Amino acid sequence: MSSSVLKIDNLQAKVADEDLQILKGVDLELNQGEIHAIMGPNGSGKSTLAKVLAGHPGYEVTGGTVTFEGEDILEDEPDERSRAGIFLAFQYPVEIPGVSIANFLRTALQAHSGDEELDLFEFQDLLMDKMDLLDMDPTFAERPVNDGFSGGEKKRNEILQMACLQPKVALMDETDSGLDIDALQIVANGVNKLREENPEMTVLLITHYQRLLNYIEPDHVHVMVQGRIVQSGGPEVALRLEDQGYAEWQGVEATAGEVG
Amino acid sequence: MPVNETVQDLNLDEYKYGFVDKEEHVFRTRPGLSEEVVRQISKHKDEPEWMLDFRLKALEIYESKPMPEWGGDLSKLQETLEEIYFYVRPQDQMERSWDDVPANIKDTFEKLGIPEAEQKALAGVGAQYESEMVYHSLKQEWEDQGVIFDSIEDGLKNHPELFKKYFGTVIPTADNKFSAMNSAVWSGGSFVYIPPGVELKTPLQAYFRVNQERMGQFERTLIIAGEGSRAHYVEGCTAPVYSTESFHSGVIEIVVEKNAHFRYTTIQNWSNNMYNLVTQRSIVHEGATMEWLDGNLGSKLTMKYPSCYLVGEGAHGNILSIAYAGDGQHQDTGGKIIHAAPNTTSSIVSKSISKGTGRSSYRGLLQVHDGARNAKSNVECDALLIDETAKTDTYPYIEIDEKSAHIGHEATVSKVGDEQLFYLMSRGMSEEEAMALIVRGFIEPIAKELPLEYAVELNRLIELEMEGSVG
Repeated sequence: MSSSVLKIDNLQAKVADEDLQILKGVDLELNQGEIHAIMGPNGSGKSTLAKVLAGHPGYEVTGGTVTFEGEDILEDEPDERSRAGIFLAFQYPVEIPGVSIANFLRTALQAHSGDEELDLFEFQDLLMDKMDLLDMDPTFAERPVNDGFSGGEKKRNEILQMACLQPKVALMDETDSGLDIDALQIVANGVNKLREENPEMTVLLITHYQRLLNYIEPDHVHVMVQGRIVQSGGPEVALRLEDQGYAEWQGVEATAGEVG
Repeated sequence: MPVNETVQDLNLDEYKYGFVDKEEHVFRTRPGLSEEVVRQISKHKDEPEWMLDFRLKALEIYESKPMPEWGGDLSKLQETLEEIYFYVRPQDQMERSWDDVPANIKDTFEKLGIPEAEQKALAGVGAQYESEMVYHSLKQEWEDQGVIFDSIEDGLKNHPELFKKYFGTVIPTADNKFSAMNSAVWSGGSFVYIPPGVELKTPLQAYFRVNQERMGQFERTLIIAGEGSRAHYVEGCTAPVYSTESFHSGVIEIVVEKNAHFRYTTIQNWSNNMYNLVTQRSIVHEGATMEWLDGNLGSKLTMKYPSCYLVGEGAHGNILSIAYAGDGQHQDTGGKIIHAAPNTTSSIVSKSISKGTGRSSYRGLLQVHDGARNAKSNVECDALLIDETAKTDTYPYIEIDEKSAHIGHEATVSKVGDEQLFYLMSRGMSEEEAMALIVRGFIEPIAKELPLEYAVELNRLIELEMEGSVG
């Protein structure tokens, strides 16, 4: 029943204008409906992986392939990847002053529906449904995107966008960073509800801490160190990391290469 | 003989309908500006002697003043001025054909979704578009309240005393070279009088004015808002104004009497060959409020600084302006506020967007006269640069002769950031859509003050500009 949605093969990438290699050969395969978590210490390249998958212009792919539903996407622009069904929830969502969330989402959904004119009433219904699902106050949609938002509000806005755009693959870049435990629970509940609604959605959680995984249970956990995935397994990998930290892989780049 | 008669008849018919020599029916002055031209304009308008004298004196002043050397580049303007026609009778302007209107302008009309009849009016090739039903009921309502809303020519004819009392009092002929030029050759524009105490709920739209001359190259508008009155006047539209001429120099004078509240909104989008040099000023009396909402798009060079002279105690002036400078365009805009009485307050919010080789300059003057106790003013100018080549600069002049004044000034320059673009594109928007959304957000504080249909058109226009499809 599970079929491969996103396949990453020996992916290598560097910072665009610098000679700084960050991803040094990442292999990963995500099947439909699975939840994967990538954990790793600061600077391991896990956020870079999320950005490269979404097409961030600040990075240059220097080797390897990424196929989404069987198509190579590395030449595609970020908007093309989005319309194909890849969503990146940002670690640091960007402020767009003067643009309301409703207006922003309407523009995004219009882009997704192509030449076909978005029906405004349908959009309004969809937005209200999703806000209801995520226990959000409808007035939230009238606020300018991320402008003056708290950390928790920014992350909830990301989840709302994800809910409205209904991606096939959601890349969640350190969604838990900067959140207190209440905000973390709210955000995690949101993701779980979306998954209940759409069990086919594939999720890649990128996180530094184990605690997010107490609320969103992954099928697979990968450990990333110095630009490579050094271990893959089930939820038990995350639990062991919580006990022992990343020390096991720190400073052992030479052997990590063999694992990758 | 019968045969001869027939031939003669035919000739007569041809002549009568203007098929033989079209030029015979078109009145326009010679190219360039001269005393003869000024006399002809006045004669054609059948003006009283005092107005002819006013015009001739203005011509002398115009000729005596040097071309300004501050602001935008006017070094090539003299050549243009020698070539243009300073007066073309309005009904003759209509004789232009729809086929002559450039394709890019027509294309923009289409994209803005403007109805065809209105498109023709905007391009100056058809009768003024009117929404008859709406207009007539409004007109009746205004007349019942004693409101005068006429063309400037009819204002002079029908209300000579009122006209003479105020005309040229807000902007003296000698104010600057172009106010002098306008005073010599003015034609077209509005005359508005709101009686004391009258509050108008519907904006007066120049658009609706019937039997008027289209806004000309040298439009002249005079507005008097009587004591305690309240009204909003709207001029222009966001569709590009197509003109075969390349020079526009208007003068707008507004008197806001005690405790009145007046707003003047204008959005102008000139074709890219245009020098647009406009003087617009208001005198604001005790307890009164004047608001300018000024949008400038298009043109080659625009120099325009709406002004409020706060002459009565407690007067308030408010200037909101948006400028968009695309490739090859220079928008030199801003505002002027003169605090000449105690407890006067003012604010200027200016937003500019520059793209490609466009340049936007904020030029503002804030003056507080000695004795204007407790004057308060806040100036905010924000510039948004769309790309690396776009330019912006600010020239805020502040002259304070009063110790108790409170003045705030804030200027920001922002660039459309890579992170912003990536964020929007990662939601599926193309780069152009993302840019347009960012720009719309940037001007939102001003756009929300516009009448809805203007705000919608303005947003659509900006999308078109971002696509680079507007010429």
